[in-house]
Amino acid sequence: MAREIFYIQAIQEALRQEMERDPDIFVAGEDVHRGIFGITGDVRAAFGENRVVNTPISESAIIGLAVGSAACGLRPVVEIMFMDFMGIAMDQIMNQMAKMKYMFGGKARLPITVRTACGAGLRVSGHHSQSLEALLCHIPGLKVVMPASAYDAKGLLIASIRDDNPVFFLEHKRAYATRGEVPEEPYLIPLGVAEVKRPGADVTIVATSYMVNEALTAAAELEQRGIQAEVIDPRTLQPLDIETIVRSVRKTHRLVVVHEAVQFGGIGGEIVAQVAQAAFDYLDAPPTRVAAPFSPVPFSPVLEDAWLPNAAKIVDAVLGLVPAKA
Amino acid sequence: MDIPRDTLLQMLRTMITIREFEEGAGRLSQSARIPGLVHLYAGQEAVATGTCANLNPDDYITSTHRGHGHLIAKGGDVRRMYAELFGRATGYNKGRGGSMHIADLDLGILGANGIVGAGAPIAVGAAFAAKYRGRGQVCACFFGDGATNIGPFHESANMAAVQKLPLIFVCENNLYGEFTRQDEEMLIVDISDRAAAYGMPGVTVDGMDVLAVYQAAGEAVERARRGEGPTMLECKTYRFFDHVGVGFGEQERPEDERDYWRSRDPIVLFRARLAADGILSEEDAGRLTEEVRAQIEEAIAFGESGPDPSPESLLEDVYTDG
Repeated sequence: MAREIFYIQAIQEALRQEMERDPDIFVAGEDVHRGIFGITGDVRAAFGENRVVNTPISESAIIGLAVGSAACGLRPVVEIMFMDFMGIAMDQIMNQMAKMKYMFGGKARLPITVRTACGAGLRVSGHHSQSLEALLCHIPGLKVVMPASAYDAKGLLIASIRDDNPVFFLEHKRAYATRGEVPEEPYLIPLGVAEVKRPGADVTIVATSYMVNEALTAAAELEQRGIQAEVIDPRTLQPLDIETIVRSVRKTHRLVVVHEAVQFGGIGGEIVAQVAQAAFDYLDAPPTRVAAPFSPVPFSPVLEDAWLPNAAKIVDAVLGLVPAKA
Repeated sequence: MDIPRDTLLQMLRTMITIREFEEGAGRLSQSARIPGLVHLYAGQEAVATGTCANLNPDDYITSTHRGHGHLIAKGGDVRRMYAELFGRATGYNKGRGGSMHIADLDLGILGANGIVGAGAPIAVGAAFAAKYRGRGQVCACFFGDGATNIGPFHESANMAAVQKLPLIFVCENNLYGEFTRQDEEMLIVDISDRAAAYGMPGVTVDGMDVLAVYQAAGEAVERARRGEGPTMLECKTYRFFDHVGVGFGEQERPEDERDYWRSRDPIVLFRARLAADGILSEEDAGRLTEEVRAQIEEAIAFGESGPDPSPESLLEDVYTDG
């Protein structure tokens, strides 16, 4: 039965249900006995300190704990408290976790989920706010998941945990406090399947993570101006469901890609390139990106608000491609 | 120390196999019959051998860029190892890894590693899995002196200690981190001193004496199996070849230093000990060496004659399907 719960609760429920199902699943990370956002505290209370393991502040060792224990048959769900902290662990991520299966000739199986909090807007500046998904998407061997809603968070987390590959599960800090209808029973949303969050005929807006909410707000405003925007959430960036996006562009002939990460070198460039290759003749306007400017995330609320992509910037971008009809 | 004769003879065979394997790999590398780089383990045989002689088949090890010796000591198949050095589809890693990445998960070998110090966090994970399942398994983590200056090493030592993981940190102190002497990289002489910082026992032994390593590693393994946590075991040793390959930087190390350590060749020392104790005559040890040499020659032929991987297999195994 579905009921309305917070994104945070959806994640917590997925963890609990999966841990009940499979005794090889354990949680480990910094302060998980309480959880910096309050997610893992109840899980620890339910499953105890042997399955919800507090670690020192040691990101390399946390990722190594996941890699080694997964290679030896367990199914770890580890937490990097803020995505920015993965810099500490980058060797274990990009050289060990990502490459072990391939470089061992296919023998290793690494069913790892790394949960981490991404995203800006909380006035915590450049070491606690980044969206670094493009770094991860660039490394063969990793999967990258960015749920925007409570419903997607639960179904994608269960799918991530059951996946036999290393999966980065990026939880947006501003999404934590959003609510949505979520079924009580476990369910899976397959990785690599985009969702059309809102249908429309005039322009395709591809948005990731919290920017899906901004895109939907923009689409409602555009509707007032007679423009029907189709909003697509890829939900996973690696693997990327480019077919759903291309199908939409062939219908709308216009593309705006929105992400919170800085624009240069972001996933938006990849999506635009793939669409240009697959649907060049269908495009009636140059594909456009709405993303952050090329600077660290600033602290000052004035500066951070100027930095963040939002619904107004998306509306402006769309109006640059589609003349207002009303 | 009362060690069964079979164990002693097996250790000698392992040490000779490592030496012959490395000399073979060195020749193949010098003559460019194998591509890429090899980091040869010759001189350090007593460390891998004395440690792994205490391990069971279901125990784990993590290894290093200088990993051939660890793999052989844990039971690795020299034929598939050579095939990997040749980059063949019949190699341990189907030609995807090469010398620095050979792994055999069925033997608990979690891989050689191209990144100095990177095995330590993985060893923490293996030891965690061992503790989680509670079947008394342990993990031995091999690393060099240079690795102890890398951040993840410290994270791992501390995490293993605080979680009382069944882990043995085996430092092969061969006095050089790549081409730089230990005294230019750290101000301590005994790396086992670092153990105190993590609240674990630190032990230094003569890494050219396989029986000393065997005994100290045995105590550390038993401690780990009892659930009392990790030990740091430093083995003072020396690499007979260069950091990488053969004839590349050898002369940079002082000649008297090289002569001193060559005079303490762990195989020569062990053979003399076995002869003195009436376990194995020098003549029989010579026969054993000839036997191993023939196996190595056969393994090289197996490796070289294997098929190359097909270009169509390039994208296989990036991900696990399903």
